[in-house]
Amino acid sequence: MKVSLTVNGDPVTAEIEDRLLLVHFLRDHLGLTGTHWGCDTSNCGTCVVWLDGEPVKSCTVLAAMAGGHEVRTVEGLERDGELDPVQQGFMQCHGLQCGFCTPGMMMTARALLDRNPSPSEGEIREAISGQICRCTGYATIVRSVQWAAAYEASQAEASQAVGSAS
Amino acid sequence: MQVPAPFEYRRATSVEDAIGLLGELGSSARVVAGGHSLLPMMKLRLATPDRLVDINDLHGELGYVRVEPGEVRIGALTRHRELLESDELAAVHPVFRDAERVIADPVVRNRGTIGGSLCQADPAEDLSAVCTAVDATCVIRSAGGTREVPMADFYRGPFETAVGDGELLIEVRVPRRPRGSSAYEKVERRAGDWAVAASAAALWLDDDGRIADVRVGLSAVGPNTTAIEGIADALRGREPSEEAYAQAGAIAAERCNPVADLRGSVEYKRHLADELTRRALRRAVARCRGEG
Amino acid sequence: MTTLGTRPLDSFADNDQKPVGYGRMLRKEDPRFVRGLGHYCDDIQLPGMLHMAILRSPFAHARIVSIDTSRALAHPKVKAVVTGADLAEKGLAWMPTLSNDVQAVLATDKVRFQGQEVAIVVAEDRYSARDGLELIDVQYDPLPPVVDVRHALDPDAPVIRDDLEGKADNHCFDWETGDAAATQAVFDRAEVVVSQDIVYPRVHPAPMETCGCVADYDRVSGKLTLWTTSQAPHAHRTLYALVAGLPEHKIRVVSPDIGGGFGNKVPIYPGYVCAIVASLVLHKPVKWMEDRSENLISTGFARDYLMRGEIAATRDGKILAVRTNVLADHGAFNGTAAPVKYPAGFFGVFTGSYDLEAAYCHMTAVYTNKAPGGVAYACSFRITEAVYLVERMVDVLARELDMDPAELRLRNLIRPEQFPYTTKTGWVYDSGEYERALRLSMETAGYEDLRKEQAERRARGELMGIGLSFFTEAVGAGPRKDMDILGLGMADGCELTVHPTGKAVVRLSVQTQGQGHETTFAQIVAEELGIPPADIEVVHGDTDQTPFGLGTYGSRSTPVSGAAAAMVARKVRDKARIIASGMLEVSVADLEWEKGAFQVKGDPTRSVTIQDVAMRAYGAGDLPEGVEGGLQAEVCYNPENLTYPFGAYICVVDVDPGTGAVKVRKFVAIDDCGTRINEMIIEGQVHGGLTDGVGMALMEMIAFDEDGNCLSASLMDYLIPTALEVPDWQTGHTVTPSPHHPIGAKGIGESATVGSPPAVVNAIVDALAPFGIRHADMPLTPSRVWDAMQGHPLPPV
Repeated sequence: MKVSLTVNGDPVTAEIEDRLLLVHFLRDHLGLTGTHWGCDTSNCGTCVVWLDGEPVKSCTVLAAMAGGHEVRTVEGLERDGELDPVQQGFMQCHGLQCGFCTPGMMMTARALLDRNPSPSEGEIREAISGQICRCTGYATIVRSVQWAAAYEASQAEASQAVGSAS
Repeated sequence: MQVPAPFEYRRATSVEDAIGLLGELGSSARVVAGGHSLLPMMKLRLATPDRLVDINDLHGELGYVRVEPGEVRIGALTRHRELLESDELAAVHPVFRDAERVIADPVVRNRGTIGGSLCQADPAEDLSAVCTAVDATCVIRSAGGTREVPMADFYRGPFETAVGDGELLIEVRVPRRPRGSSAYEKVERRAGDWAVAASAAALWLDDDGRIADVRVGLSAVGPNTTAIEGIADALRGREPSEEAYAQAGAIAAERCNPVADLRGSVEYKRHLADELTRRALRRAVARCRGEG
Repeated sequence: MTTLGTRPLDSFADNDQKPVGYGRMLRKEDPRFVRGLGHYCDDIQLPGMLHMAILRSPFAHARIVSIDTSRALAHPKVKAVVTGADLAEKGLAWMPTLSNDVQAVLATDKVRFQGQEVAIVVAEDRYSARDGLELIDVQYDPLPPVVDVRHALDPDAPVIRDDLEGKADNHCFDWETGDAAATQAVFDRAEVVVSQDIVYPRVHPAPMETCGCVADYDRVSGKLTLWTTSQAPHAHRTLYALVAGLPEHKIRVVSPDIGGGFGNKVPIYPGYVCAIVASLVLHKPVKWMEDRSENLISTGFARDYLMRGEIAATRDGKILAVRTNVLADHGAFNGTAAPVKYPAGFFGVFTGSYDLEAAYCHMTAVYTNKAPGGVAYACSFRITEAVYLVERMVDVLARELDMDPAELRLRNLIRPEQFPYTTKTGWVYDSGEYERALRLSMETAGYEDLRKEQAERRARGELMGIGLSFFTEAVGAGPRKDMDILGLGMADGCELTVHPTGKAVVRLSVQTQGQGHETTFAQIVAEELGIPPADIEVVHGDTDQTPFGLGTYGSRSTPVSGAAAAMVARKVRDKARIIASGMLEVSVADLEWEKGAFQVKGDPTRSVTIQDVAMRAYGAGDLPEGVEGGLQAEVCYNPENLTYPFGAYICVVDVDPGTGAVKVRKFVAIDDCGTRINEMIIEGQVHGGLTDGVGMALMEMIAFDEDGNCLSASLMDYLIPTALEVPDWQTGHTVTPSPHHPIGAKGIGESATVGSPPAVVNAIVDALAPFGIRHADMPLTPSRVWDAMQGHPLPPV
């Protein structure tokens, strides 16, 4: 079948098998290998991408089901050569080790901050609770998201200050 | 990784279209919404439908929570996250929010739906217990029209429901009755795990603050979720009290039918049926009284 | 001069805290990972690449009657189907394990565990390969399985390993350490003796990335390239050469980015061998990636020890001796990845951190119809089991003596002046200040206040528990006189080249699976040479580009290859000094080394930087007499001893009296890994291990039913902690350098995985003290805690 969707802002059309999983479409057809897979049962969350702005587990979505919708992956986090604050936070706070769960974690973190710019530790833990990290023990992931939240708050403050000065 | 066997993908554009497709395809077709139960089973090749009918485009038609004077109507395609975040629903039936906090995980809740949860008919599924406690009715549509099936008749066995070929669950209706509240208590081995056992309780008080009615649905302690009989009769007319909760718990423990597995022994699950029913009733009463 | 406007991705990791040597520094590998540009095995796409899938046994024990592959071969996208019989024709049906046993690559005679490899399908895409599996018909004749390890040696038990000549039982090996008679004598005269049966259940490392490979045989050059999830690429290369008869110089093993290892990626699995065979036969690249079930049911598990612990002490709390008898479940093949002379790994350190008079262990290992493995999951070669045993036994003794477990430990820890300390099982602990670490953990946790709070809560009927553990690890295998894996000595090579412009490349045999080697090793070289870490490229994971060494596991990277990196940098510095002496026209003895530059003693105005020297080393003009051009060196570091990191952990839990649910409220970890290279990375290693410990203590277990069906075959059933089960870790440290390691570093990768399970279990058992129990086996799920509260804690077998 033919499927057309938007991936990281770009329109994509492809001929696919009806049964193709979104994660394989992204990885094998589009070469977007930043999205990983780690289980078959939607328990691990390494495959999290956005579907119309919401984090979903792409191993449990058919590529066909994404037709007509917008998908965003880790490759779409960086804007104009600038890392997203979430990406910076993960580097600053050692929110990753092997890097395998990281793209999914960051996609969820970005969605969280978009809805809740200053989440508590508990809210961050809850948000990422469908995603397993075997390396970090989560504390540094929590700190990474907090770093991004603080960074964005300071940026917003700075731009407000500039705005009121001008 | 595991991948499904080949099938034909069809996308429904409206409820009518979905029902048309399902009627046309018969037992060879399965409906897919959130997909979080069906697709893993297909990957394991435990389910090998010839055709999948994707109803996600019907979210505009079937994704809603409408709190009306006499009942709450929940569209079958309402996602878990929408149920969790509905303040209106939480105000009248807080048991939904209680349960939604502990159903799977936030990312799965972005995708999974109430209709999918009920139709999967997993004995450990949470919303079945919730809907049982609040005395919900399932609205099923086919080409011939709609029919309403109360929760008591909805399940036909583990992983089997009253929804037949060519039919689609479109709505869950929950009656509203005054002076009532509800709560959900679950024990799980880890966040996102299926329940070891869970208890959903709804309770209504009369004008004097005595128990007018009680409904309890238990999850993971029987082949299907059904209301625990006998609790309402035992508690009706009594003051809410620890003794009353204990009696309800004892009935729940006695009437449930758990099996031993890695989640727990039969004795433990019966104990949880008791303990969690007490806790749910305690919390529901507190809520009735505006204390919780 | 023009500058090309390129900015490498890793320049984003630079930060103002960047040191020239040790200290907190952001990781050089992170910029690619946060962009989704990591390059893992399954990311590899080669032209014409085929995909392989494995058909596995549904039975734990069954004779194979027949295999019909014709329907699979008729599938239009299937290119090949291979069975054990096909491999047997090439002499490849069996392969050696890392413990000198053999393991079936594809089953020929019978299957010996559920999930064992039976046949492979190679197809044009991964979906078709999976479809092909459905089309193979295998007739099995089921045999009674051996599932309960306690009955493996029953006279009427079915014999699993009838492939071994003359094998008439399921005995795998017996092993002992310590002095049985001396220990008995101590027990005979001890005032207090307690014993306890303790089970360390079978668990699984379950890295987020499963195992897999891409095999690519180029028949023009005759060279095989294998990209693979390997923690030990060089060892794997040699073993492939020995198994498959391929010339070793025609094999290139590459470990690309690895999504976590934890020991799961040390062994060679049948899937790798099958993919190689398929590529050799089909002359195409062949990819194989496990699914999660395959990973959990067939690859290297960990633990599975049934232990009887005994401890002897005086009434006033002097521990005299520890004795243990162990029944070890090794599964269907002895696939333990441990040095050859150590069939039980380093379990011999079960004497713990205490000054004992005697110790003895006897172990019997058996075959069962379960997956092979045994050494994995950050266990430091079975030190997890050893530490768990002794730290549980010390708590059992504390209960018997009615003594605070912290006090009991303080009375018995080896004292600083006793180092180097030779244990009663012959291990030479290099250095330690144990009491300081334990006291720091108590201070950090507020131990006295916690005990007061506990008393108050207990009075209210609440169940709060405080658990301690003190561990000593033995890591950095190892001295080649004692330690080898299948005859390969455990020394590590390292090569360092400083280019003319002063940029350096260091080549290592160890391989990172998330430990941050590209940063840590750059820092080690930076510390020695004064070159900024950003100017040092760490090359690893590719046998064609790196010197031989045994790989990353057992927390050996810093103890062994870290030493090698420091030594090779010193060798380069020594040569640089000679060149500098020529440049400054003074004798070598008149030069002082200030990090990054040589200067003339007493005249700081006369100096040359290491970069100046590098340019001179390659540049025009004569070098001092006898000095060859270039600035590079190589070493092979053979450790003199293991290193012995240690730590003191305190865990606080709350148990719900109505449900048995456990909440880990607080966790304090004080670690001592000697010299600390990168604080941030060390802390990360500890955090991960603590989470492992909570996982094992509360939820992780590979379980089987009585037919040998694995009940933990997905991440729905094999539970791993999420962010909601673990607290915000409180870490701290002391520094007791290793006296024999060139930079005093000891290794940290597995400390927390080793040290945390007993702390959690001790805390839970402490919480349950009002119920009069002194032990409960992991995993302490709500159900099992509740069982314990009812007075019948059950072993998980």
